Parts: sequence; structure tokens; C-alpha cells
Amino acid sequence: MSALSGESSRVNLRGWSARSVAGIVMALFVLFFVIPIVWLLLAVTKSAKSLIVSNPFSAGSWSDLVANWHQLFAFQDGAVTTWIGNSAVYALGALVITLVVGVPAGYALALTEFKGRRALLVLTLVVMLIPSTALVLPIFLELNSIGLIGSPLSVILPMSFFPFGVYLTYIYFSTSIPRDLLAAARIDGCTEFQVFSRIALPLAAPIVALVAFFSFVQNWNNFFLPFVMLPSSDGYPVQVGLTSLLAATPAFNPSSAGSDSVQLPTLALATIVSILPVLFVFLFSQRFLVAGMTAGGTKE
Amino acid sequence: MTIAPPSDQLTAGASERRRPARQNGRTAGRTPIGYVFVALYALLTLAFGVVPALYAVVLAFTNANGGFAGITNFTKVVGDFRFWPAVLHVTIYLVIWLIALVVFVVGLALLVHAVRVRWVSTALRFVYYLPGALAGASSVLLWLFVLDPTASPVSGLLKAFGFNSFVAVIQPGHLPAIFAIIAFWTGAGGWIVIMYGALNNISTEVIEAARVDGANAVQTAIHIQLPMLRKWIAYMGVMSLAAGTQLFVEPQLLSQASNAVVPNDYSLNQLAYQYAFQQNDFNGAAAISLLLLVVALLLSWVFVTRGGLFEKE
Repeated sequence: MSALSGESSRVNLRGWSARSVAGIVMALFVLFFVIPIVWLLLAVTKSAKSLIVSNPFSAGSWSDLVANWHQLFAFQDGAVTTWIGNSAVYALGALVITLVVGVPAGYALALTEFKGRRALLVLTLVVMLIPSTALVLPIFLELNSIGLIGSPLSVILPMSFFPFGVYLTYIYFSTSIPRDLLAAARIDGCTEFQVFSRIALPLAAPIVALVAFFSFVQNWNNFFLPFVMLPSSDGYPVQVGLTSLLAATPAFNPSSAGSDSVQLPTLALATIVSILPVLFVFLFSQRFLVAGMTAGGTKE
Repeated sequence: MTIAPPSDQLTAGASERRRPARQNGRTAGRTPIGYVFVALYALLTLAFGVVPALYAVVLAFTNANGGFAGITNFTKVVGDFRFWPAVLHVTIYLVIWLIALVVFVVGLALLVHAVRVRWVSTALRFVYYLPGALAGASSVLLWLFVLDPTASPVSGLLKAFGFNSFVAVIQPGHLPAIFAIIAFWTGAGGWIVIMYGALNNISTEVIEAARVDGANAVQTAIHIQLPMLRKWIAYMGVMSLAAGTQLFVEPQLLSQASNAVVPNDYSLNQLAYQYAFQQNDFNGAAAISLLLLVVALLLSWVFVTRGGLFEKE
């Protein structure tokens, strides 16, 4: 059975022409997805002038990269460093709360019985489908009334409410964990908490990683919530900070030409720097993520 | 011991789970452990889901002094000269984006899944997926460069279409397509990976049986794989629709970068933001939010009921 499962579930594309068409389509999409990224990586190694006059896919120089780097981190006396630190605090703080709160909740919704279970399940789905920005302004007013606006908690707490993560764990626990296994553990004398921590949680490691991944990426990239909650530049996460950089780029905002202005390659560098942590997580977790996505089919 | 389930139970797609296998399922009902596990989550749900939503309802039906306002907030925002253009913008954007998403994501997932060389398939998924690292403001910034013919990596392509300046590219008529391209570029890869995983979960025996019966790749895709992906496609539709109605950061940054060639009330969310923070009219903002909410819920309902998202219940 397992010897077969790798290859034979794949559908054969027969025929030379069908394969070429399929190959061309896939290759075109590779170009579509990759060209902007390759260009971006090259753009940061150029001066503002050579970015415009040289071939888009030529490499610049190390010295230009260093110069861009210095210009970026000198912007508003090192504001970029502050923003990145803020992003880390917000994203990681919310991630920890999300996991601690969400994974047990998904487990309970899938495999235990309690009053209001179905109501909470429906509520989870409904809130998951609500455009989160529809709640941003009301949450703003709610937190405003208890004086949390501008505090890190005003973004961490709302971000740590992650019904999508609960839904994912719920689906996983209810479809991929055999109930008989849990029943056997109970017969063997496990308490309910041990059933969760020793049996279900280890089996769910791939989905926990998946939730952690989605949560971190979403938190790091969140724009609207911090945009509304944090009035002061000191509290910006880097995503919101990018708007300050954009506003200081004469190429896109002619009125900003001045001493603290930002050149195009520097703005490109800011774009890369702003996503570096997420990029690392992507590169680092690729194998793990795919394993998580397909775990249900391979655990036998 | 009958712990080891037949492999189907683990690998089968959505339709497999309809059978009544849960008579002896929830034996944990004897202890109230469920309450302990969900308590904190329930609290967060109340604090950042239910209470704000109810608050939005209250705000939408009251005036600035807290008195009952009936539907005046709604008539006010719907009558706003900026409202219907914003609705139109978001609708066109959603249509383009959702069609592209469903067609290309499902198509690419099927194609990549049919690739037999393992490292090619892995590499393809990774490449498609990579732009997902650039979401929000970062991807919009990157696309500002790509759409600006002076620096763009595809300036030749842009010029071939007659776009010689940034302003020519971002004409109002182009914006829904541009936003759809940005959103697709950022988000499609994640869905491709998810669809690929779902395809992997389709039972080997089913595919094998189809092949024995003489189905070719296309027939297998249409008659076996697509129906089994239905739940995931519906799910992608729901999530993307919900996300799409929120359109905010793209037009917001484009507006900033184009010296207001793109208006700052292009999308409904921007309009709500304008109401809240420029006009200090939280009631009007709540009314727009609530309208968005109702539309998203109605449409999601169709997806949920037809896509079997909740058929476990």
C-alpha cells in the first residue's frame, strides 16, 4: 500500500502535445511569480540612476547595496529598526496566544462534547468569514473606551483571535485523528488532559505548525489593524512604516523631495527588509508545510 | 485491537466522511474537559468577534448622540456620491480575482500534481508559493515598481501595450485588474499548495480504479479530482471573497503613490475609513461595515451550503 501511494495516485498526462502545453503553462506562471522577485533582489544593488538606465536584470554593485542599506537605516534616525522590533513583538506575541488558545479549542470542538459546542463552531466559521476589517473600527472603539489605543495590546489581542486557526485544527482533529485511538488511550488510563497532550497534540504537530505559520505571516503582514490602532510612528510595525517611506519617496510623491527623502532602490530594499522574517519562515518551513498539508494521507 | 483504521478513513476526501461513524465517537462527554479547552478561545471570540459586531450594529442604528436613528445612517452612506462607484470597483475586482483564482489555482494544482519528477513538482510549488511572503504593503510596493514603466522589469511589455508612464498604467479602468493581479500574485501559491495537498489525500484506489476503467488524465480530473476538491474550492472561494471585500491597502498605497490619481475612497473600506477618521462619523462607518458584512455573509452562505464546508456536522 505505502509503496504504491507515492506515484500511482498521480494522474498520467499522456501524449507529447498535452505535456508540452502543460509544461508551457506551468513555465509561464513560474515567470509571472518569479520575475518581480528577481527584479527586486537586483534592484537593491543599484543606485537610483542605474535602476532607471540599466537593464532591469543586470546586477548592480556591492557598494550601492551598502549605500542603500545605510540610507534606509538612517531614515528618521533609525525608525526602520524600531518598526521591525515592533513587528516582531506584535507577531510573536499574537502567535503564542493564538496557539495556546486555539489548538486546545480546535481539539475540544472536534473531539469533546460540551454545551454550546455547536454554537461556538458556527460562530467560529461566521467570524472567520467576516471581513476582519469590518471589525477593526468597532474593536477600535471598544479598546478606545478602555484606554488601550496605542498600546501593543491593542494589536496583539485582536490578532491573537484567529478563528481560521481554530477551524484548521478542528478540521484536522475531526478528520485525521481516529477516535478509536483516543478511546484506547482512555481505556489505558489516560486522563482527558493526557489524551490531548500525549496522543492528540503530537499527532497534530503538522497542523499546529501550519496554524503557527499562517498566524505569524498574517500578523506580520497585517496592515489595517495597526494602521488604525497605532497613531504614533514609534509604535508602527514595519508594514505600516513602509507608508512613511513611500511618502518620503520623491519618485512616487514629488512633494517629498527634501533632506530625508528616499530613493527608489532604498524603497525596494525596505520592501525586502520588511518581509525578511516571513521569507525565512517560508524557506525554512517549506518541507514541513508540505508534509503538514499531506500528513493525513501518509500516516499509516 | 481495531485501532488501525483502513487507510481510506485517513485519506478519503470530504464525501467519504458522510457515513455515520460516530455513534461511539464522543465518549469524552462524561467530563467537562471541553469547557476548559475552549474557555480562553470563547473569551477571545466574545471580546473581538461578538461584542464588536454587536457594537457595529448598535452604532449603525444610532446617531452620534446615541439616540436611535433608524435607517438614516444607511440612507446617508448609500446616498453618498462615493458609495456606488466604490461598490462597482470592488465588484469588478472580485469578479476578475475570483475567476482567475478558481481557474488558475485548480488548473495549476492539477498540473503540478501530475508532474512525476519529484523535485520539479516541489520546486514548482515553492516558486508559486514564494510571493506569498510578500503580502500587504510589501507586495503593493513591489507592484508599484513593476507597474512604473521607468523602472519596471517588464517595461517592454508595458510599453508594448502603450503604457508609457505610471499614470497611464493606473488609469481607473485598469485598477480592478491590477488589484486582482497583485492579489493573485500574492495569494495564489498558498492555495495551490493546499489544493495539491488535497489532491494527495485522494485515495489511491479511487484514482487507480478510474485508470483501470480507462479514464484519461482530463477525465480523471473532471470526474474524480474536481468533485473531491469541491470542498476546498468552496473554501478558497469563501476566504477569498471575504478578503476581497476588504480591499484597502492596495488602493490606499496606490492613492498615496499616485498623488491621488487613484482616489482615497476607491474601495468600500476606504470609504468607511474616511467616514471614521476624516469625518468623525463612526455611525456611518459602522453602517458601511455592516453592509459589507451582510453581503459577505449571504455569499458565504451559498458557498458553505453548496460546498459542504460543514458537512461533518
